[in-house]
Amino acid sequence: MSVLSIDNLSGGYGEADILHGISLEINAGEIVVVIGPNGAGKSTAMKAVFGLLRLSGGSVHLAGEEITNMDPAEVVNKGVCYVPQTNNVFPTLTVHENLEMGAYIRKDDFRPRLAEIYEMFPPLAEKKKQAAGELSGGQRQMVAMGKALMLEPTLLMLDEPTAGLSPIYRNEIFQIVRQINDSGVPILMVEQNAKQSLAVASRGYVLVDGQNRTTGKGTDLLNDPEIAKMFLGG
Amino acid sequence: MDSAQAYGYMLYFVSLMTMGGIYAIMCLGLNIQWGFTGLFNAGIAGFFAIGAYVTAILTTAASTSHLGGYDLPVAIGLISAMAVTAVIAWLVGLLCIRLRSDYLAIATIGIGEIFRLILKNEIWATNGARGIAKIPLPFESLNEPWNKIGFMMLVLVIVTVFYFLIERARLAPWGRLMTAIRENEYSARAAGKNVERVRIEAFVCGSVLMGLAGGLMAHYIKFIGPGATEPLTTTFLVWVMLIAGGSGNNRGAILGAFLLWAIWSFTEVLTGRLPAELAVKAAYFRIFLIGLLLQIVLQRYAGGILPERRPSLNIKA
Amino acid sequence: MIPRSQKCFWADNNFKMDFINFYLIPGLVLGSIYALGAIGVSLVFGILRFANFAHGELMLIGAYITYSLMVFTGLHPLMVLPIAMLFTSLVAVGIDHTFYKPFRASKSTIVIVASFGIALMARSAVQIIWGVDTFSYSSGRIQMPMILFDTLRLSHKHVWIVCCSVALMAVIHLILTRTRTGKAMRAMSDSAELARLTGIKTENVVKATWVLGASLATAAGVFLGWDSHLHSMMGFYMLLPMFAAAILGGIGQPYGAMVGGLVVGLAEELSAYPWIGDSPLLSPAYKAGVAFALMIIMLIWRPSGLFKGRVF
Repeated sequence: MSVLSIDNLSGGYGEADILHGISLEINAGEIVVVIGPNGAGKSTAMKAVFGLLRLSGGSVHLAGEEITNMDPAEVVNKGVCYVPQTNNVFPTLTVHENLEMGAYIRKDDFRPRLAEIYEMFPPLAEKKKQAAGELSGGQRQMVAMGKALMLEPTLLMLDEPTAGLSPIYRNEIFQIVRQINDSGVPILMVEQNAKQSLAVASRGYVLVDGQNRTTGKGTDLLNDPEIAKMFLGG
Repeated sequence: MDSAQAYGYMLYFVSLMTMGGIYAIMCLGLNIQWGFTGLFNAGIAGFFAIGAYVTAILTTAASTSHLGGYDLPVAIGLISAMAVTAVIAWLVGLLCIRLRSDYLAIATIGIGEIFRLILKNEIWATNGARGIAKIPLPFESLNEPWNKIGFMMLVLVIVTVFYFLIERARLAPWGRLMTAIRENEYSARAAGKNVERVRIEAFVCGSVLMGLAGGLMAHYIKFIGPGATEPLTTTFLVWVMLIAGGSGNNRGAILGAFLLWAIWSFTEVLTGRLPAELAVKAAYFRIFLIGLLLQIVLQRYAGGILPERRPSLNIKA
Repeated sequence: MIPRSQKCFWADNNFKMDFINFYLIPGLVLGSIYALGAIGVSLVFGILRFANFAHGELMLIGAYITYSLMVFTGLHPLMVLPIAMLFTSLVAVGIDHTFYKPFRASKSTIVIVASFGIALMARSAVQIIWGVDTFSYSSGRIQMPMILFDTLRLSHKHVWIVCCSVALMAVIHLILTRTRTGKAMRAMSDSAELARLTGIKTENVVKATWVLGASLATAAGVFLGWDSHLHSMMGFYMLLPMFAAAILGGIGQPYGAMVGGLVVGLAEELSAYPWIGDSPLLSPAYKAGVAFALMIIMLIWRPSGLFKGRVF
């Protein structure tokens, strides 16, 4: 059974639909990457999982249970964490407080997990008391991911985690993504950076105009000449 | 029903139409500001008071207790009331118009409050808390019912004239631009429109109507004091009138004004018959009910009685 | 007042004490009261994203409930204040649930109109229940002020008001930085959407915000009534200075609101000091204008406030 399955989903924000029947599936242990040109509906598809969209058709299932149109807080309670592309940290809260907020719904003692996160992101340990809004883009992204991981999620969704970052941070983030995945967390990731992300992906989806174009193994897509022409600059 | 009673009812009807008409003018003014352009003016009472005092100072007979007493004709008083309100609204607009709606609302409350302070404290000009009395009523030379009827006609003619003017403006590019700014300021700006200027124009036009209404009220009740700027009787009633009648719809604004004034006036007559002790409390109960009415309209009938109707796209401008 | 004989007043100890006794201390007292109100305004503005015009009326309700509890129990207003805070919080949560919640997803301007109506409903409710006469917490007996160092006059109630305000602000600080709900409030003030994505139950945070705001408003109302007297317009007159303080400090910044409150309170009192010549710099009748002027200057010069608040 798949961890998450999106079936024939349609919907949008205003009156016009952005998604026109897309389907995605994530299985246990996978990194699934969604690529596509601007406006293809990649981020919109992620928001749809979190009930942030007006849906006009289709369904979302989490481990077999329907979560279509569920309240975001409920989806989090089911163990899904979503890191938006922008505004993904609380800027006036300290790094430490951001991580604590990540564990907001946990009733148990989350201090061991906190220590693990600091171990995973050493720069954050040094800046515990600093307001997250004052950090660099790469460090903010670490806070955002760390905050999501505080829950020990059953599924992690990342929306363009490397957008606007320098190559050094970009490599680091991809490394962390793989590291998180190695610890058993399936990841659904939207990326602009097709080459690097497909390289870490188990499978990839290509969306165009709110519809599925192709899907396949990460490496297969990477070697597909048509995909290469579309996204990888030939 | 004997003739004296019928005469009494007739006079009551005339006063109802006159006051309703004065509120309708303010309501049209607020409709330009809030209904069309989305400007939150919580200082209606202030502009109303300016208009009232300007005409009072210009048209009363010479007096030592306040500024002026120039004994000028009523028409000049009313036109000056509009002109002074326009200048002050323009200055206020320059200062505050860029503020987001929440801030504009607080700022206009502050402006209304400052006007009230000035009118209360600058005794040399306004006679302070005692106010200005003996403001001439136009058509005073006519006999008892006819002067009142004449004034009512004047008010209703003004309402009609402004209704047609504003309705024309609404359908013209100027009015459409206002709605565009209300709906999406940024796209209006991106389309190269001077948003600030249109907002100031809307603010000034609306305030001028409030000043005119203040002037008319001063002549009608022949007295003006700082109590007239109590935010309740003017600002709040006008807001409820517009929201209930239909924000963005000129006919709705006028309908709301007459309807709410009729309710307000009838309930006053009813509570006036209660024993004195209860009557005082009943006055506050009326305000409570008007507030509740506003909440019900906002939650259940957001468009008001006559909801806004956008001009169709194929209209010939 | 001591007749002034020389212009250089700081050289003269009497003038210095006059300044402290009649301008600085009342300014601090007023500033503390404004600060308590402004924290609530700022929290509600930051978390619910609308200017609550009825916040002054929460002060009014709190002050009158305290009065009734005082009469009923015969205890000092400070003793019954916690109970009054509880009642006022219930009123605030009830108002939110009935009148504001239906507009959560709407444009904030609709809620402002609603809160405008609530302000009048609340005030008229107070006028119906308690009437329009002024009330006083004190039983008419005048307490002699403490005189320190021969010249510093401190009235007991002023000392109490300032100390209690500082204590309440310390409590707020602890709640916002040490408790889970307090941190969630700050998080929601930063970004309501991210708070929801994090699994924070935003409606509970909203309730907590009203409880804090209403409790502080109650304290502010009681202190204001204690400093002078209770009347049904007191809430409305507080609205402008409270908003000025909240904007000055930066919307959504409770610490900014504390500083803003003190600045507005001091500015109002000090504006009446005869800085130049013998007459007050600004007639005390125009005190309310000072708050307004500060607010406008701030909105034009630096809308994010002194403490980098949210700009809407």
